[in-house]
Amino acid sequence: MEFFAISLLNGLSYGLLLFMLSSGLTLIFSMMGVLNFAHTSFYMLGAYFAYTISGTIGFWPALFVAPLLVGLLGAAFERYSLRRVHKFGHVPELLVTFGMSYLILEVVQLVWGRATVPYGLPEQLQGPLFTLFGTQFPKSRSFIMFLALLMLLSVWLLLTRTRIGLVIQAALTHPEAVESLGHNVPRVFMLVFGGGAALAALAGVIGGNTYVTEPSMAGAVGSIVFVVVVVGGMGSLAGAFLASLLIGVLQTFAVAIDQSLASGLQAIGVAVTEQTFGYELLKLSVAQVAPILPYLLLVLILIFRPKGLLGKREG
Amino acid sequence: MMAALRKLIWVLFAALLIVLPLIFRSSLALTLLSQMGYLIIICLSYNMLLGQGGMLSFGHAVYTGLGAFMAVHAMNLATKGALPLPLVVIPLVGGLAGMFFAALFGYVTTKKSGTTFAMITLGMGELVAAMSLMFPGFFGGEGGVTTNRVYGHGFLGLTFGPQIQVYYLIAVYCFISTALMYAFTATPLGRMLNAVRDNPERVEFIGYDTQWVRYLGFIIAGFFAGIGGALAGINFEIVNSSDGLSSVRSGGYLLFTFLGGATFFFGPMIGAVLLVFASVLLSEVTKAWLLYIGLVFLLMVMYAPGGVASLIMMNVRVAAFGKLKRLLRPYAVLLLTAAPVVAGGAAIIEMIYQIQLNAASGSKLRFFGVDLDTDSAASWLGAAVVLAVGLAMLEMSRRRFAQAWGQVQEEIEAEIKQREAD
Amino acid sequence: MSFALELKALRKSFGKTEIIRGADLAVAAGERVAIIGPNGAGKSTLFNLISGRFGATSGEILLNGQRIDGLRPFEISRMGLARSFQITNIFGRLSVFENLRCGVLWSLGYKYAFWKFLAGLDDANQRAEELLHLIKLERKRDTLAMNLTYAEQRALEIGITIAGGANVVLLDEPTAGMSKSETSRFIELIRDVTTGKTLLTVEHDMGVVFGLADKIAVLVYGEVIAFDVPEAVRANPKVQEAYLGSVLADAQAAEAGH
Repeated sequence: MEFFAISLLNGLSYGLLLFMLSSGLTLIFSMMGVLNFAHTSFYMLGAYFAYTISGTIGFWPALFVAPLLVGLLGAAFERYSLRRVHKFGHVPELLVTFGMSYLILEVVQLVWGRATVPYGLPEQLQGPLFTLFGTQFPKSRSFIMFLALLMLLSVWLLLTRTRIGLVIQAALTHPEAVESLGHNVPRVFMLVFGGGAALAALAGVIGGNTYVTEPSMAGAVGSIVFVVVVVGGMGSLAGAFLASLLIGVLQTFAVAIDQSLASGLQAIGVAVTEQTFGYELLKLSVAQVAPILPYLLLVLILIFRPKGLLGKREG
Repeated sequence: MMAALRKLIWVLFAALLIVLPLIFRSSLALTLLSQMGYLIIICLSYNMLLGQGGMLSFGHAVYTGLGAFMAVHAMNLATKGALPLPLVVIPLVGGLAGMFFAALFGYVTTKKSGTTFAMITLGMGELVAAMSLMFPGFFGGEGGVTTNRVYGHGFLGLTFGPQIQVYYLIAVYCFISTALMYAFTATPLGRMLNAVRDNPERVEFIGYDTQWVRYLGFIIAGFFAGIGGALAGINFEIVNSSDGLSSVRSGGYLLFTFLGGATFFFGPMIGAVLLVFASVLLSEVTKAWLLYIGLVFLLMVMYAPGGVASLIMMNVRVAAFGKLKRLLRPYAVLLLTAAPVVAGGAAIIEMIYQIQLNAASGSKLRFFGVDLDTDSAASWLGAAVVLAVGLAMLEMSRRRFAQAWGQVQEEIEAEIKQREAD
Repeated sequence: MSFALELKALRKSFGKTEIIRGADLAVAAGERVAIIGPNGAGKSTLFNLISGRFGATSGEILLNGQRIDGLRPFEISRMGLARSFQITNIFGRLSVFENLRCGVLWSLGYKYAFWKFLAGLDDANQRAEELLHLIKLERKRDTLAMNLTYAEQRALEIGITIAGGANVVLLDEPTAGMSKSETSRFIELIRDVTTGKTLLTVEHDMGVVFGLADKIAVLVYGEVIAFDVPEAVRANPKVQEAYLGSVLADAQAAEAGH
């Protein structure tokens, strides 16, 4: 019971972090049709910026400053690079974000080095928030959950209650119509892209010190975020939410299970030895298989429900 | 006339393949040429997806890698005498493996198109790479699987021990694969693949199942990818899952195929050559080579999305209308003003890298014959000034060039209209 | 009597909005039918349903007596139904000739062949040449489709549509965006290329409708309220009330000389 509860909480906090990332990605994709390959690079930048900024003015100011800086960077990228490529089609757009992710990785390694940086939790977030069934649940992960939900709420409020939000929603499906009404749609795109980058960076600020801050963090979480987006259904925020939690919880549980098909079979009396056909496959514990579970889910979804869980718009 | 020109190009290509290692005899040259040989096959197979079919794949290394693994295992089995396969057919084993796995994974992968397809290939690539760690028996764990390409009775007196013999094996496969892939572009399936790229919806309304066209194209591309991978395995006599199947490698194929030019058949061949030069030579010269590649790629996507091949062909078109001479001077000025931008920028980048990665060896470095000191403000200032001045001059010469180019293009358009009216 | 194309109680809803509300139609082989109706009546949706682009919510669509509702577009295309699009839908980076050749490949049985050269497919090349002459684009044989003028692209659009030899042809606003002279030339083209075939066309220009069609189907709010020869449709009070009761339509019809 204790294992279940703690793993569920851990899974949910990881899933919410994934959602913070995949929601920004989905928004940008829905609006501009561009899948931003550099999205997780902005996540990484957020972590690294926060690391440097917290070293000078502390973590809590960094929570605001780092996303702001990355948001500006994202907006500048949209304005000077992505927009240029828009007329060439979707493939070049994807490629330019791919190139950007490459570049950001190199620059990060250049400035901060290739090793893990000691980006630590501030005092207020260290230690457990509460103890459940004898195991502690850390403040940092609770903070991630809190921040993710707060972010979700504010974005929802922004999109549905403010004027700029309504313009964005309209531009989501009918950019030309919105432009002919007199709104500066290119500026809206720039804002959304910058906003998406800032959200990714925010996730990085809190994810970087809860988990780890190193150059490979963008790539490690990148492919999972893309899986989340495809499994949830391209362009669906609700789908991204569902898929993030599903994958977050699935992976967290799987990593803790040491049983394998072999041990399972043995438990019900079937003899499994090294000579058994497929032994290599059978002896894999669930924990060992955990890293590929998101991708297996991807394959299953593609076979049985290609639209994604809640997908509407075609990729 | 076009047919004769085409035959000439193929003859030249074959001649180059035969003659180059005889002109450039150093072992470095041979290494470079051998790698270019199979990378041409790989990049061409990648472009079958990207340039011909409009399918952006982030997971092509899966098929080259699995082809390599199969080939290496086949070689090991052959060495033990369990499989009577001479080395010369091992690449075909790789090809069949690539084809098999493309058929297996491709059905699910090609269910979607465009951006979703790209994401799926990324996921599949990660899946296979992650799975490889679970089956150390086949994938050799972290150390990979080694092999010996010298086994059995050889082939017509060739043992394939010396690199030059391996090169010619690669060259033969390179020529035949290139010819076959070129021929494919002129077949019904090849043309329908182009149609799917241009307008996947319309294809369904003329009787073709779009997914089948993509799927079959995917399988054929996988075949050639497997051949390329197998040749790499033969060349290095080792294959490793963390390197051979990685998304970094896939990204490399994508980057350089695009750099070479995805819209022309020969573009990826240029890309393969650039890949080898960059990864073998440029990486020796500077630690910042990945940063430079990334910058060049980004600029290419923004300003020349057709790659090097399209730049060449644009100028060939201008030359065909006899107007190239007029552009020679603007080109020269453009290159001249680009030089200080590159020099200044590179100097700054190199100095930053010196501080970050080479601090132990001191603060001085040599840059194109000039001594730079990361501690001295003069070095930094000097580089910055060169860069700034260069940027200003480049902008001016770029505008002049754009003007001249625009003029030439207008005249060419006018001449074309004239010819049509006649 | 068997019909080339039949619609039986066809319905289509998008979410809660019902666009097609029980459409019935029976088109005999060789008939030329113009589908007219006010904007938003559901004409393009009807074509999309027939050609398989969307699935119907309920009802039946029969092609030469066989059910085609629920089939995928390529399956319907292989059964002998072809359509053109209101927004030109061609293969931009292929030449005009290549576009036409792609259109004929399946009907001549070449399917997914990668062991034959296109240059050696005499029947395909011959048919593509014939089509090229039929749509009068011989001079633009090797021009890339994206570099053609608008009218030329519309002609190519028709060319690709009839390339496969389908005997039921759906043309969705073929003369959209054309000038008067282009339109009249285009009507000639359509008449030539669809001789002997069953033709359904969506049109707004009454001149085209009365000049081209044997019968007119009037679609209003997703239902076919009339299907008859032009004179009868013009006289039909329901139609007059819904659509034709305007001075403009009268004038256009008069110009077409009916």
